[in-house]
Amino acid sequence: MAFAPILRGLVWGALGFLLGGGGAVLVRLLLGLPAFQPEPLITIGYFPGLLGWLLGVGAWDVWAREWFGLPVRREAVYDWRRYFRFTTDHKVIGVQYLVTFVVLFLLAGFFAMLMRIELMAPGPTIMSAGLYNHIMSMHGIIMIAVAVAAIIGGLGNFAVPLLIGAEDMAFPRINALSYWLIPPVAVLLVSTFFAGGFDSGWTAYPPLSEVNAPGQVLFNLAVITFGFSSILGALNFLATILRLRAPGMTWRRLPIFVWSIFAASFISLTATQFLAAGLLMILLDREAGMTFFNAARGGAPLLYQHIFWFYSHPAVYIMILPAFGLALEILPHFSRKPLYAYPWLVAGFFGIVFLSFIVWAHHLFTSGMPDYLHGPFMATTELISIPTGLVFLSALGTIWMGRLRLKTPMLFALGFLFNFLIGGVTGIFNADVPTDLHLQDTYFVVGHFHFTIMGGMIFALFAGIYYWFPKITGRMYNETLGKLHFWWMFLTFNTTFIPMFWLGLFGMNRRIFDYPPALGSVNRFISISAFLLGSSFVVFVSNMVLSWARGPQAAANPWQARTLEWQVPSPPPVHNFPAPPQVVGHPYDYGFTNSVHALVGVSGGSGEQGVDTDG
Amino acid sequence: MQTVRVHVPYDHTHTRRIGLWLFFISEGFLFLALISSRYYLFGLSRPEELNQALGLLITTILLLSSLTAYRAETSILHGDQGMFLRNTLATILLGSLFLVGVALEWAEAFRFFPPHTRFGTIFFTLTGMHGFHVLSGVVLLVFLYFHGRRGRFGVTNTWPVEGVIKYWHFVDVVWVFIYPTLYLVSS
Ligand SMILES: [Cu+2]
Repeated sequence: MAFAPILRGLVWGALGFLLGGGGAVLVRLLLGLPAFQPEPLITIGYFPGLLGWLLGVGAWDVWAREWFGLPVRREAVYDWRRYFRFTTDHKVIGVQYLVTFVVLFLLAGFFAMLMRIELMAPGPTIMSAGLYNHIMSMHGIIMIAVAVAAIIGGLGNFAVPLLIGAEDMAFPRINALSYWLIPPVAVLLVSTFFAGGFDSGWTAYPPLSEVNAPGQVLFNLAVITFGFSSILGALNFLATILRLRAPGMTWRRLPIFVWSIFAASFISLTATQFLAAGLLMILLDREAGMTFFNAARGGAPLLYQHIFWFYSHPAVYIMILPAFGLALEILPHFSRKPLYAYPWLVAGFFGIVFLSFIVWAHHLFTSGMPDYLHGPFMATTELISIPTGLVFLSALGTIWMGRLRLKTPMLFALGFLFNFLIGGVTGIFNADVPTDLHLQDTYFVVGHFHFTIMGGMIFALFAGIYYWFPKITGRMYNETLGKLHFWWMFLTFNTTFIPMFWLGLFGMNRRIFDYPPALGSVNRFISISAFLLGSSFVVFVSNMVLSWARGPQAAANPWQARTLEWQVPSPPPVHNFPAPPQVVGHPYDYGFTNSVHALVGVSGGSGEQGVDTDG
Repeated sequence: MQTVRVHVPYDHTHTRRIGLWLFFISEGFLFLALISSRYYLFGLSRPEELNQALGLLITTILLLSSLTAYRAETSILHGDQGMFLRNTLATILLGSLFLVGVALEWAEAFRFFPPHTRFGTIFFTLTGMHGFHVLSGVVLLVFLYFHGRRGRFGVTNTWPVEGVIKYWHFVDVVWVFIYPTLYLVSS
């Protein structure tokens, strides 16, 4: 049966939960404590439950059996059912990630629509203040998860092994594990609706997050689980890129998207632990009576903000570095020019990685942090514009005087550059202490980070989806619908978020369902723009679904691109390359006669029709 | 053109070793977060009630266990099964003894600085998180011991031994940072 592994995962997960929770009740009875307290029981039951789910869904068969000296069991499934099991093929896992996170993106977008309905007019409109806060928090955390994992987990998994000429990731089973950690995250977040919700935003600042409804506990568990998943994913990418590059794929020939994933993975691997630690401390405060952040008992609420932003500022670059990489991967192929200033660009990436660890307290300018820290953190933050500037100059140098092919992926990559420029420039006002004191917690900040994350990362995600759609599915998307999607989304995105800068300057607070009546007309305009923006995804989804089902067969190399993934059939065969490719030149040397990137075995070759060798 | 499937010499153990080190770096950041919280919340002072003798004793036990773990790893590299098993067992015993020591510490801590005090919060979290890592290390060593008794490791199959023992050393090294943070720091 197609869903047997998932069903088994659910059953084993439930058993694990009962075992863990039951054990906790037993221990409490033995210690003479009141047996039943929901929050500790949920927390203690959750981890064995998670283990049960992972084992049940497939980790037992393909992995844990060998710990007990049993032979592993692997089924060879090659039809659509492989997407519903613990498959270790990086291309399948990439699609699993991509589809999951596009669905989550649409769900979180739906929550944004609800928020914009509420904000159509001042005062209560369709929901209570509490429900608004919950919906806002759900929108925030799901979109953060999409921003962190959609490019890395989805496109990264699909493309990185192909781009470096590898057969798979370094640790295919860990790869499957990182994907199957995601469904519990989604389930936990959705079940907050049945646990009183959580109203502390995606940032979960105490003291609120220590005194609110039990939904907060589910949130913390969900985000800790998501953290495991990104750490394992990062570890896998680093090992893969370090060890599995094809012969001749030197660091100076590495495709730029691979560099960006490599750089972002350093941040995921390390900083994510701080987020997990901070959320764990909240759980310990709530459930074990500890006092990390409880000021009444001597704790320090500000400590949480330090720990949280030590992850969450670098996390911005977990989101945006792969987006840079994607845009810059696409620009040379569609400009028919070499990637401009490639070594400087790579240096820029690592400059960003380094600086991202020493800027976190720019989120604390109004939090009561000691004044002497304001200057240094302002300075380090503004230093980031230097490596970011290198990235931008590289992008501009690449398209400069190029013969641009304005296909949908290219349009989204150019849209990315435009939007991110606005996002970056408005960031300066949040980094400057004098202006930030005024702008903190207003819609100016909302406008700023939506320009970087949605205008930047999401636009790059769509660029990548359209770019690799023929490779992933073996079929071509509809170009007219693709362009329609781009222009529709690009225009309505800008009309939605540009007015938010104005609103912020005039003092509209973020994270609240109400605002001064004088701001009503601008908010109405934003809401209508937002609904139009939301409807642009109908074009996207129908293009994807229809093209995947009945689009024309895609050639192996529809973009005449030089990188390795285009030298094998669409979709690529199970083991990617007939033999390890020999890399002999730079991937982006367009316009150089006789320059070759790689020699790929017989069954590849550009222009050859995609032969499905999956069977 | 004809292609021959080229088999590039590929050392999987080396890749696994890199993966394990990356995992240690990641885990290091977890302890970095917890240890720096101790200084943020409690500065450089420490309570008088800490049982210094017990702290020193469990530290010694854990450091000794690293020695036996190292001997276990070396003996499997030389194919000496008996020595491997004896030293693995000794490591398991020392590790468990360490956990007993932590339990005694906890019993005292509940009296002098319970979890709802600032130092108690730090003490229970740090020793608890580290103890959890020790416990998982002991479980892994038990697996190692039973597989070893069936002769599954030899000069050609050393990775599981190397991986678990490296993890054990890592957990020890973490304690080398936690011990002064909890017991020795004072202004
Ligand atoms: Cu920041």
